[in-house]
Amino acid sequence: METLVNAISIVSILAIPALVLFIVVYGTVKKVKIYEAFVEGAKEGFNVGVRIIPYLVAMLVAIGIFRAGGAMKILSLILSPITNLIGMSAEALPMALMRPLSGSGALGVMSEIIKTHGPDSLIGRMVAVMMGSGETTFYVLAIYFGSVSISKTRQAVPAGIVADIVGILMSVWIVNLIFG
Amino acid sequence: MLNYIWLTLIVIGISVAVWNDLSKPPDPSANTPLPTLNKVTNEGIVNSAKTAVTLAIGLIGIMALWLGIMKIAEQSGLIAILASILKPITTRLFPDVPADHPAMGAMIMNISANMLGLANAATPLGLKAMEELNKLNKKLGTATDAMCTFLVINTSNVQLIPATVIAIRAAAGSANPTEILGPAILATTVSTIVGVITVKLFAKLPVFKKQLEED
Repeated sequence: METLVNAISIVSILAIPALVLFIVVYGTVKKVKIYEAFVEGAKEGFNVGVRIIPYLVAMLVAIGIFRAGGAMKILSLILSPITNLIGMSAEALPMALMRPLSGSGALGVMSEIIKTHGPDSLIGRMVAVMMGSGETTFYVLAIYFGSVSISKTRQAVPAGIVADIVGILMSVWIVNLIFG
Repeated sequence: MLNYIWLTLIVIGISVAVWNDLSKPPDPSANTPLPTLNKVTNEGIVNSAKTAVTLAIGLIGIMALWLGIMKIAEQSGLIAILASILKPITTRLFPDVPADHPAMGAMIMNISANMLGLANAATPLGLKAMEELNKLNKKLGTATDAMCTFLVINTSNVQLIPATVIAIRAAAGSANPTEILGPAILATTVSTIVGVITVKLFAKLPVFKKQLEED
Protein backbone atom coordinates (compact mmCIF):
# COMPACT_ATOMS: atom_id res chain seq x y z
CA MET A 1 0.00 0.00 0.00
CA GLU A 2 2.78 2.44 0.96
CA THR A 3 4.65 1.92 -2.32
CA LEU A 4 1.45 2.28 -4.31
CA VAL A 5 0.69 5.56 -2.55
CA ASN A 6 4.20 6.81 -3.20
CA ALA A 7 4.03 5.79 -6.85
CA ILE A 8 0.72 7.57 -7.35
CA SER A 9 1.85 10.72 -5.56
CA ILE A 10 4.99 10.84 -7.74
CA VAL A 11 2.81 10.47 -10.84
CA SER A 12 0.57 13.31 -9.56
CA ILE A 13 3.54 15.63 -9.15
CA LEU A 14 5.09 14.74 -12.50
CA ALA A 15 1.82 14.71 -14.43
CA ILE A 16 1.40 18.42 -15.11
CA PRO A 17 4.99 19.36 -16.10
CA ALA A 18 5.27 16.16 -18.16
CA LEU A 19 1.97 16.75 -19.90
CA VAL A 20 2.73 20.38 -20.75
CA LEU A 21 6.20 19.46 -22.04
CA PHE A 22 4.89 16.55 -24.09
CA ILE A 23 2.04 18.51 -25.69
CA VAL A 24 4.28 21.45 -26.59
CA VAL A 25 7.03 19.23 -28.09
CA TYR A 26 4.54 17.00 -29.89
CA GLY A 27 2.79 20.06 -31.31
CA THR A 28 6.09 21.40 -32.63
CA VAL A 29 6.93 18.06 -34.24
CA LYS A 30 3.49 18.06 -35.89
CA LYS A 31 4.22 21.61 -37.17
CA VAL A 32 1.53 23.30 -35.09
CA LYS A 33 2.18 27.01 -34.44
CA ILE A 34 2.16 26.34 -30.73
CA TYR A 35 2.27 29.91 -29.46
CA GLU A 36 -0.59 31.06 -31.68
CA ALA A 37 -2.62 27.95 -30.89
CA PHE A 38 -2.09 28.45 -27.16
CA VAL A 39 -3.19 32.08 -27.21
CA GLU A 40 -6.20 31.27 -29.36
CA GLY A 41 -7.34 28.62 -26.88
CA ALA A 42 -6.48 30.65 -23.79
CA LYS A 43 -8.64 33.61 -24.91
CA GLU A 44 -11.72 31.59 -23.96
CA GLY A 45 -10.57 31.33 -20.33
CA PHE A 46 -11.88 34.72 -19.33
CA ASN A 47 -15.31 34.18 -20.85
CA VAL A 48 -15.77 30.85 -19.12
CA GLY A 49 -14.74 32.32 -15.77
CA VAL A 50 -17.21 35.16 -16.10
CA ARG A 51 -20.01 32.97 -17.48
CA ILE A 52 -20.09 30.75 -14.38
CA ILE A 53 -20.41 33.66 -11.91
CA PRO A 54 -24.26 33.90 -11.79
CA TYR A 55 -24.64 30.14 -11.38
CA LEU A 56 -22.01 30.00 -8.67
CA VAL A 57 -23.51 32.98 -6.78
CA ALA A 58 -26.96 31.34 -6.87
CA MET A 59 -25.63 28.03 -5.54
CA LEU A 60 -23.27 29.36 -2.89
CA VAL A 61 -25.76 31.89 -1.48
CA ALA A 62 -28.49 29.24 -1.04
CA ILE A 63 -26.04 26.86 0.62
CA GLY A 64 -24.67 29.74 2.71
CA ILE A 65 -28.16 30.64 4.04
CA PHE A 66 -28.83 26.99 4.85
CA ARG A 67 -25.57 26.63 6.77
CA ALA A 68 -25.53 29.98 8.59
CA GLY A 69 -29.10 29.62 9.86
CA GLY A 70 -28.30 26.36 11.64
CA ALA A 71 -30.54 24.18 9.43
CA MET A 72 -27.85 21.50 9.29
CA LYS A 73 -28.33 20.79 13.02
CA ILE A 74 -32.11 20.41 12.67
CA LEU A 75 -31.70 18.10 9.67
CA SER A 76 -29.21 15.96 11.62
CA LEU A 77 -31.71 15.71 14.46
CA ILE A 78 -34.52 14.60 12.14
CA LEU A 79 -32.37 12.04 10.33
CA SER A 80 -30.65 10.58 13.39
CA PRO A 81 -33.07 7.63 13.92
CA ILE A 82 -32.31 6.44 10.38
CA THR A 83 -28.56 6.85 10.64
CA ASN A 84 -28.43 4.92 13.91
CA LEU A 85 -30.00 1.98 12.09
CA ILE A 86 -27.24 1.83 9.46
CA GLY A 87 -24.38 2.10 11.95
CA MET A 88 -23.54 5.77 11.46
CA SER A 89 -23.02 7.75 14.64
CA ALA A 90 -24.97 10.98 15.05
CA GLU A 91 -21.78 13.03 14.95
CA ALA A 92 -20.85 11.73 11.48
CA LEU A 93 -24.18 12.83 10.03
CA PRO A 94 -23.33 16.55 9.57
CA MET A 95 -20.32 15.36 7.54
CA ALA A 96 -22.53 13.26 5.28
CA LEU A 97 -24.88 16.21 4.76
CA MET A 98 -22.12 18.77 4.27
CA ARG A 99 -19.99 16.79 1.80
CA PRO A 100 -22.06 17.45 -1.37
CA LEU A 101 -22.82 21.07 -0.40
CA SER A 102 -19.53 22.68 0.57
CA GLY A 103 -15.93 21.51 0.18
CA SER A 104 -14.51 23.88 2.80
CA GLY A 105 -17.45 23.20 5.14
CA ALA A 106 -16.93 19.44 4.91
CA LEU A 107 -13.20 19.84 5.49
CA GLY A 108 -13.98 21.86 8.62
CA VAL A 109 -16.42 19.25 9.96
CA MET A 110 -13.92 16.46 9.25
CA SER A 111 -11.02 18.27 10.93
CA GLU A 112 -13.17 19.02 13.98
CA ILE A 113 -14.27 15.37 14.39
CA ILE A 114 -10.70 14.10 13.91
CA LYS A 115 -9.46 16.60 16.49
CA THR A 116 -12.15 15.63 19.03
CA HIS A 117 -12.17 11.86 18.59
CA GLY A 118 -8.69 11.18 17.21
CA PRO A 119 -7.75 10.15 13.65
CA ASP A 120 -7.79 6.42 14.42
CA SER A 121 -11.21 6.33 16.13
CA LEU A 122 -14.04 4.66 14.22
CA ILE A 123 -15.81 7.97 13.60
CA GLY A 124 -12.51 9.65 12.66
CA ARG A 125 -11.90 7.02 10.01
CA MET A 126 -15.50 7.18 8.84
CA VAL A 127 -15.48 10.93 8.16
CA ALA A 128 -12.05 10.62 6.47
CA VAL A 129 -13.43 7.99 4.08
CA MET A 130 -16.51 10.16 3.42
CA MET A 131 -14.28 13.13 2.64
CA GLY A 132 -11.99 11.07 0.39
CA SER A 133 -14.72 9.30 -1.52
CA GLY A 134 -17.18 12.16 -1.92
CA GLU A 135 -17.27 15.30 -4.02
CA THR A 136 -18.80 18.78 -3.72
CA THR A 137 -21.66 17.77 -6.01
CA PHE A 138 -23.53 21.08 -6.05
CA TYR A 139 -20.42 23.14 -6.80
CA VAL A 140 -19.55 20.88 -9.73
CA LEU A 141 -23.15 21.05 -11.00
CA ALA A 142 -23.19 24.85 -10.78
CA ILE A 143 -19.94 25.52 -12.61
CA TYR A 144 -20.11 22.74 -15.23
CA PHE A 145 -23.67 23.50 -16.28
CA GLY A 146 -23.15 27.23 -15.72
CA SER A 147 -20.23 27.31 -18.14
CA VAL A 148 -22.59 26.37 -21.00
CA SER A 149 -25.59 28.30 -19.60
CA ILE A 150 -27.67 25.21 -18.86
CA SER A 151 -30.44 25.57 -16.30
CA LYS A 152 -32.54 22.50 -17.18
CA THR A 153 -30.29 19.83 -15.69
CA ARG A 154 -32.60 16.82 -16.22
CA GLN A 155 -31.43 13.55 -14.66
CA ALA A 156 -28.01 14.86 -13.58
CA VAL A 157 -29.15 16.16 -10.16
CA PRO A 158 -31.21 13.12 -9.01
CA ALA A 159 -28.55 10.68 -10.28
CA GLY A 160 -25.81 12.73 -8.64
CA ILE A 161 -27.68 12.65 -5.32
CA VAL A 162 -28.18 8.88 -5.62
CA ALA A 163 -24.42 8.48 -6.19
CA ASP A 164 -23.73 10.69 -3.13
CA ILE A 165 -26.03 8.62 -0.90
CA VAL A 166 -24.49 5.38 -2.15
CA GLY A 167 -21.01 6.79 -1.49
CA ILE A 168 -21.96 7.70 2.11
CA LEU A 169 -23.63 4.34 2.77
CA MET A 170 -20.61 2.49 1.33
CA SER A 171 -18.25 4.57 3.50
CA VAL A 172 -20.20 3.68 6.65
CA TRP A 173 -20.49 0.02 5.72
CA ILE A 174 -16.84 -0.50 4.73
CA VAL A 175 -15.44 1.36 7.74
CA ASN A 176 -17.65 -0.63 10.14
CA LEU A 177 -16.64 -3.84 8.37
CA ILE A 178 -12.88 -3.23 8.40
CA PHE A 179 -12.34 -1.16 11.54
CA GLY A 180 -15.49 -1.83 13.57
CA MET B 1 -35.03 20.05 -9.94
CA LEU B 2 -32.55 22.81 -9.13
CA ASN B 3 -35.49 25.20 -8.71
CA TYR B 4 -36.87 23.06 -5.89
CA ILE B 5 -33.48 22.46 -4.27
CA TRP B 6 -32.76 26.20 -4.36
CA LEU B 7 -36.14 27.07 -2.87
CA THR B 8 -35.80 24.39 -0.17
CA LEU B 9 -32.33 25.54 0.91
CA ILE B 10 -33.42 29.18 1.16
CA VAL B 11 -36.83 28.65 2.80
CA ILE B 12 -35.61 26.10 5.35
CA GLY B 13 -32.41 28.06 5.98
CA ILE B 14 -34.22 31.31 6.79
CA SER B 15 -37.09 29.63 8.70
CA VAL B 16 -34.67 27.76 10.94
CA ALA B 17 -32.71 30.97 11.55
CA VAL B 18 -35.90 32.81 12.59
CA TRP B 19 -36.88 29.93 14.85
CA ASN B 20 -33.39 29.82 16.38
CA ASP B 21 -33.54 33.53 17.19
CA LEU B 22 -37.09 33.49 18.58
CA SER B 23 -36.79 30.31 20.63
CA LYS B 24 -33.70 31.38 22.56
CA PRO B 25 -33.71 34.05 25.23
CA PRO B 26 -31.90 37.17 23.99
CA ASP B 27 -28.17 37.00 24.67
CA PRO B 28 -27.11 40.23 26.37
CA SER B 29 -23.48 39.77 25.25
CA ALA B 30 -24.50 39.70 21.56
CA ASN B 31 -24.59 43.19 20.10
CA THR B 32 -27.60 42.40 17.94
CA PRO B 33 -31.14 41.30 18.90
CA LEU B 34 -31.26 38.62 16.17
CA PRO B 35 -27.80 36.98 16.06
CA THR B 36 -28.66 34.02 13.78
CA LEU B 37 -30.44 36.11 11.17
CA ASN B 38 -27.57 38.55 11.31
CA LYS B 39 -25.20 35.67 10.61
CA VAL B 40 -27.39 34.53 7.72
CA THR B 41 -27.18 38.00 6.20
CA ASN B 42 -23.45 38.47 6.65
CA GLU B 43 -22.02 34.98 6.23
CA GLY B 44 -24.79 33.24 4.34
CA ILE B 45 -25.71 35.90 1.81
CA VAL B 46 -23.13 38.65 1.45
CA ASN B 47 -19.97 36.58 1.98
CA SER B 48 -21.16 33.67 -0.15
CA ALA B 49 -21.85 35.99 -3.07
CA LYS B 50 -18.35 37.45 -2.73
CA THR B 51 -16.79 33.98 -2.44
CA ALA B 52 -18.54 32.87 -5.63
CA VAL B 53 -16.94 35.69 -7.59
CA THR B 54 -13.52 35.13 -6.00
CA LEU B 55 -13.70 31.46 -6.96
CA ALA B 56 -14.77 32.22 -10.52
CA ILE B 57 -12.13 34.91 -11.05
CA GLY B 58 -9.52 32.57 -9.54
CA LEU B 59 -10.39 30.04 -12.21
CA ILE B 60 -9.68 32.40 -15.11
CA GLY B 61 -5.89 32.07 -15.15
CA ILE B 62 -5.82 28.32 -14.85
CA MET B 63 -8.69 28.03 -17.35
CA ALA B 64 -6.74 30.10 -19.87
CA LEU B 65 -3.66 27.94 -19.37
CA TRP B 66 -5.41 24.60 -19.90
CA LEU B 67 -7.60 25.80 -22.74
CA GLY B 68 -4.42 27.00 -24.46
CA ILE B 69 -2.62 23.70 -23.89
CA MET B 70 -5.71 21.81 -25.07
CA LYS B 71 -5.77 23.85 -28.28
CA ILE B 72 -2.21 22.75 -29.08
CA ALA B 73 -3.10 19.13 -28.28
CA GLU B 74 -6.16 19.42 -30.50
CA GLN B 75 -4.37 20.93 -33.49
CA SER B 76 -1.54 18.41 -33.31
CA GLY B 77 -4.02 15.52 -33.42
CA LEU B 78 -3.12 14.30 -29.93
CA ILE B 79 -6.68 14.46 -28.58
CA ALA B 80 -7.94 12.43 -31.55
CA ILE B 81 -5.33 9.72 -30.87
CA LEU B 82 -6.27 9.58 -27.19
CA ALA B 83 -9.96 9.41 -28.04
CA SER B 84 -9.46 6.52 -30.46
CA ILE B 85 -7.51 4.49 -27.88
CA LEU B 86 -10.32 4.70 -25.31
CA LYS B 87 -13.06 4.34 -27.90
CA PRO B 88 -14.43 0.98 -26.60
CA ILE B 89 -15.23 2.53 -23.20
CA THR B 90 -16.27 6.03 -24.19
CA THR B 91 -18.66 5.00 -26.97
CA ARG B 92 -20.57 2.87 -24.44
CA LEU B 93 -20.66 5.62 -21.82
CA PHE B 94 -21.54 8.35 -24.30
CA PRO B 95 -23.38 6.70 -27.22
CA ASP B 96 -24.68 10.05 -28.53
CA VAL B 97 -21.20 11.53 -28.95
CA PRO B 98 -19.27 10.60 -32.13
CA ALA B 99 -16.12 8.64 -31.16
CA ASP B 100 -13.78 11.13 -32.84
CA HIS B 101 -15.50 14.26 -31.49
CA PRO B 102 -13.24 16.67 -29.53
CA ALA B 103 -15.62 16.30 -26.53
CA MET B 104 -14.40 12.72 -26.09
CA GLY B 105 -10.76 13.78 -25.79
CA ALA B 106 -11.60 16.53 -23.31
CA MET B 107 -13.74 14.20 -21.18
CA ILE B 108 -10.97 11.57 -21.11
CA MET B 109 -8.40 14.19 -20.05
CA ASN B 110 -10.78 15.51 -17.36
CA ILE B 111 -11.44 12.07 -15.88
CA SER B 112 -7.70 11.22 -15.92
CA ALA B 113 -6.86 14.50 -14.14
CA ASN B 114 -9.59 13.79 -11.57
CA MET B 115 -8.23 10.33 -10.85
CA LEU B 116 -4.79 11.80 -10.18
CA GLY B 117 -6.35 14.45 -7.93
CA LEU B 118 -5.23 17.33 -10.18
CA ALA B 119 -8.20 19.58 -9.41
CA ASN B 120 -6.53 22.58 -11.04
CA ALA B 121 -6.35 20.80 -14.37
CA ALA B 122 -9.53 18.75 -14.04
CA THR B 123 -11.98 21.68 -13.81
CA PRO B 124 -10.76 23.56 -16.92
CA LEU B 125 -10.65 20.32 -18.93
CA GLY B 126 -14.14 19.45 -17.68
CA LEU B 127 -15.50 22.85 -18.69
CA LYS B 128 -13.85 22.46 -22.09
CA ALA B 129 -15.60 19.08 -22.40
CA MET B 130 -18.93 20.73 -21.52
CA GLU B 131 -18.36 23.35 -24.22
CA GLU B 132 -17.67 20.63 -26.79
CA LEU B 133 -20.68 18.59 -25.63
CA ASN B 134 -22.82 21.71 -25.96
CA LYS B 135 -21.90 21.89 -29.67
CA LEU B 136 -23.83 18.62 -30.06
CA ASN B 137 -26.76 20.00 -28.06
CA LYS B 138 -29.90 20.50 -30.14
CA LYS B 139 -31.75 22.29 -27.34
CA LEU B 140 -29.50 24.91 -25.79
CA GLY B 141 -30.12 25.53 -22.12
CA THR B 142 -31.18 21.90 -21.55
CA ALA B 143 -28.66 19.21 -20.58
CA THR B 144 -28.08 16.31 -22.99
CA ASP B 145 -27.83 12.68 -21.84
CA ALA B 146 -24.06 12.75 -22.42
CA MET B 147 -23.70 15.88 -20.26
CA CYS B 148 -25.66 14.28 -17.42
CA THR B 149 -23.54 11.11 -17.55
CA PHE B 150 -20.34 13.16 -17.62
CA LEU B 151 -21.54 15.28 -14.68
CA VAL B 152 -22.37 12.24 -12.56
CA ILE B 153 -18.90 10.78 -13.19
CA ASN B 154 -17.48 14.10 -12.00
CA THR B 155 -19.72 14.52 -8.94
CA SER B 156 -19.16 10.97 -7.71
CA ASN B 157 -15.41 11.61 -7.41
CA VAL B 158 -12.98 9.20 -9.07
CA GLN B 159 -9.91 10.46 -7.19
CA LEU B 160 -7.39 7.74 -6.31
CA ILE B 161 -5.45 9.57 -3.59
CA PRO B 162 -7.33 11.97 -1.30
CA ALA B 163 -4.12 13.84 -0.45
CA THR B 164 -5.73 16.48 1.82
CA VAL B 165 -7.46 13.87 3.97
CA ILE B 166 -4.25 11.86 4.38
CA ALA B 167 -2.34 15.03 5.31
CA ILE B 168 -4.92 15.97 7.99
CA ARG B 169 -4.86 12.44 9.41
CA ALA B 170 -1.05 12.48 9.50
CA ALA B 171 -1.02 15.89 11.19
CA ALA B 172 -3.48 14.63 13.83
CA GLY B 173 -1.03 11.85 14.74
CA SER B 174 -2.64 8.84 13.05
CA ALA B 175 -0.67 5.58 13.34
CA ASN B 176 -1.33 4.85 9.68
CA PRO B 177 -2.70 7.87 7.80
CA THR B 178 -3.08 6.04 4.48
CA GLU B 179 -5.20 3.17 5.80
CA ILE B 180 -8.38 4.95 4.70
CA LEU B 181 -7.25 4.75 1.08
CA GLY B 182 -8.62 1.28 0.30
CA PRO B 183 -12.06 2.00 1.82
CA ALA B 184 -12.23 5.39 0.09
CA ILE B 185 -11.37 3.95 -3.33
CA LEU B 186 -13.90 1.14 -2.86
CA ALA B 187 -16.65 3.57 -1.76
CA THR B 188 -16.00 5.97 -4.64
CA THR B 189 -15.83 3.15 -7.21
CA VAL B 190 -19.18 1.74 -6.10
CA SER B 191 -20.78 5.20 -6.01
CA THR B 192 -19.48 6.01 -9.51
CA ILE B 193 -20.79 2.73 -10.96
CA VAL B 194 -24.18 3.15 -9.27
CA GLY B 195 -24.26 6.81 -10.38
CA VAL B 196 -23.61 5.92 -14.04
CA ILE B 197 -26.22 3.13 -13.99
CA THR B 198 -28.73 5.49 -12.32
CA VAL B 199 -28.15 8.35 -14.75
CA LYS B 200 -28.60 5.95 -17.70
CA LEU B 201 -31.82 4.52 -16.24
CA PHE B 202 -33.19 7.96 -15.36
CA ALA B 203 -32.49 9.09 -18.93
CA LYS B 204 -35.18 6.63 -20.07
CA LEU B 205 -37.84 8.12 -17.76
CA PRO B 206 -40.55 9.99 -19.71
CA VAL B 207 -40.23 13.08 -17.48
CA PHE B 208 -36.59 13.60 -18.47
CA LYS B 209 -36.96 12.36 -22.05
CA LYS B 210 -39.69 14.89 -22.72
CA GLN B 211 -37.39 17.79 -21.81
CA LEU B 212 -35.09 16.92 -24.73
CA GLU B 213 -37.82 17.16 -27.34
CA GLU B 214 -38.29 20.40 -29.21
CA ASP B 215 -41.01 22.64 -27.85
